[in-house]
Amino acid sequence: MKPFTYERARSPAEAAAAAARQPGAKFIAGGTNLLDLMKLQIEAPAHLIDVNGLALDKIEPMPEGGLRIGALVRNTDLAADQRVRRDYGVLSRALLAGASGQLRNKATTAGNLLQRTRCPYFYDTAQPCNKRQPGSGCSAIGGVTRQHAVIGSSEACIATHPSDMAIAMRALDAVVETVKADGATRRIPIAEFHRLPGETPHIETSLEAGEFITAVTLSPPLGGRQFYRKVRDRASYAFALVSVAAVMQRDGTGRVALGGVAHKPWRVEAAEAELPRGAKPAMAAILDGARPTDDNAFKVTLAERTLASVLAEARG
Amino acid sequence: MSKVSLRVNGEVRNLELDTRTTLLDALREHLQLTGSKKGCDHGQCGACTVMVEGRRIYSCLTLAVMHEGDAVTTIEGLGQPGNLHPMQAAFVKHDGYQCGYCTPGQICASVAMLEEIKAGVPSHATADLTAPSQLTAEEIRERMSGNICRCGAYSNIVDAITEVAGRPA
Ligand SMILES: Cc1cc2nc3c(=O)[nH]c(=O)nc-3n(C[C@H](O)[C@H](O)[C@H](O)COP(=O)(O)OP(=O)(O)OC[C@H]3O[C@@H](n4cnc5c(N)ncnc54)[C@H](O)[C@@H]3O)c2cc1C
Ligand code: SF4
Ligand code: FES
Ligand code: FES
Repeated sequence: MKPFTYERARSPAEAAAAAARQPGAKFIAGGTNLLDLMKLQIEAPAHLIDVNGLALDKIEPMPEGGLRIGALVRNTDLAADQRVRRDYGVLSRALLAGASGQLRNKATTAGNLLQRTRCPYFYDTAQPCNKRQPGSGCSAIGGVTRQHAVIGSSEACIATHPSDMAIAMRALDAVVETVKADGATRRIPIAEFHRLPGETPHIETSLEAGEFITAVTLSPPLGGRQFYRKVRDRASYAFALVSVAAVMQRDGTGRVALGGVAHKPWRVEAAEAELPRGAKPAMAAILDGARPTDDNAFKVTLAERTLASVLAEARG
Repeated sequence: MSKVSLRVNGEVRNLELDTRTTLLDALREHLQLTGSKKGCDHGQCGACTVMVEGRRIYSCLTLAVMHEGDAVTTIEGLGQPGNLHPMQAAFVKHDGYQCGYCTPGQICASVAMLEEIKAGVPSHATADLTAPSQLTAEEIRERMSGNICRCGAYSNIVDAITEVAGRPA
């Protein structure tokens, strides 16, 4: 690890201001992604702002229904919350399908959204990677791409977003609340939060430098039956090859977001009109324009079959 | 360098550390509590599992300076020869290890895991999210998936945990 100085933030606005003041500063929450990357010198912040002391660890009801989830709510506590289990089952399920008990005890809502890709070439500092070192090239293209994106990728990067939680939040259309260094706040719909790689795969979200996440909000419950089905190489403690987050209503309509296929949670609202007709037409519409590699073409079939099993369970 | 004060196994320990020191390195290298093991140092194996304020975490993926005032319990604090914690005794009885490298992490994780079940935390193996979790072997395996055993002592580990879980607290 590169040396860094360390401070504990006393308020969200102060944290954002401190980040803007200090070049190379980063927030640290659970630390489970940032420290991993710092040990490999993929991240090398000169200054760490520890935000764990901020009282952002509550899940509160919103006046118009819905929930406000503090940025520091741990993944374990969010998954275990009775309201989330009852009304937002897809979110509980996605969280419980991710990482391990120890990691979920530390991982935070904001940190989970901001975790970086698991592309093996991103992790291998001996290899070129446009995300790690802009302009150096993409080692995955032409390499081993079993885990990589099948849609929305670019000539610069074909990585996927690894979060399970974010896929459920996309199905629920969550909103990310932030504060900037000047104290201004804003609300970013999750659909606009994560970015496709384009020419700049190192810019992963719409956050500005130093912008601090304070909470994620959920709209009033959608009802229906909620599913998160994750397919992976081992039964637990592994990232998704493909995952399907779904909220299905009795009449066969619903919402579907996919994990493991793109640089961001993948949801195509217009394609959801096909859901009552079954998994085949629905997935063809959701993954319309997919450009898989030889290594990961299986993900397209896998996504359709995973959706088929979800739809069968929703009907059953 | 940074000052930090931890409550380790009931004792206040004041340390002056490089800010880069993980909790695991603070325990092993600075407090000579070498029961907690370094397997991968990247959150992928569970050998470094300790309890902080009663919750299990990987001590390799957190900085010591982030734990000012926190209560840390390591395998040494759970029990000692002659005065073993019931989980330590059950691992011995059921042969829940071969080389023993993963064992301190397995034991710390399993003690905290049973508390999570008591507190009503669900898991990926929980069929009904609105009902309390059942203490099945499937639940134990899923909840212990964050601890890898290279020797493959898994079935005996599940036996040891099942025995402790079945006892009235
Ligand atoms: C072995 C292993 C397996 C895993 N498996 C899975 C899995 O299957 N599924 C899955 O979804 N995840 C998995 N994870 C990833 C895990 O979920 C993330 O590491 C975790 O969610 C990150 O949260 P954190 O609070 O620890 O973030 P940190 O590491 O503290 O921070 C991550 C990033 O977010 C920034 N940040 C944190 N808080 C804020 C804030 N409030 N505002 C602005 N920026 C902020 C930090 O500066 C940093 O850049 C796995 C991790 C490991 C090590
Ligand atoms: S896919 Fe993206 S993250 Fe992976 S090597 Fe290419 S540029 Fe880097
Ligand atoms: S050493 Fe911490 S998880 Fe492997
Ligand atoms: S006993 Fe050897 S690694 Fe588990």
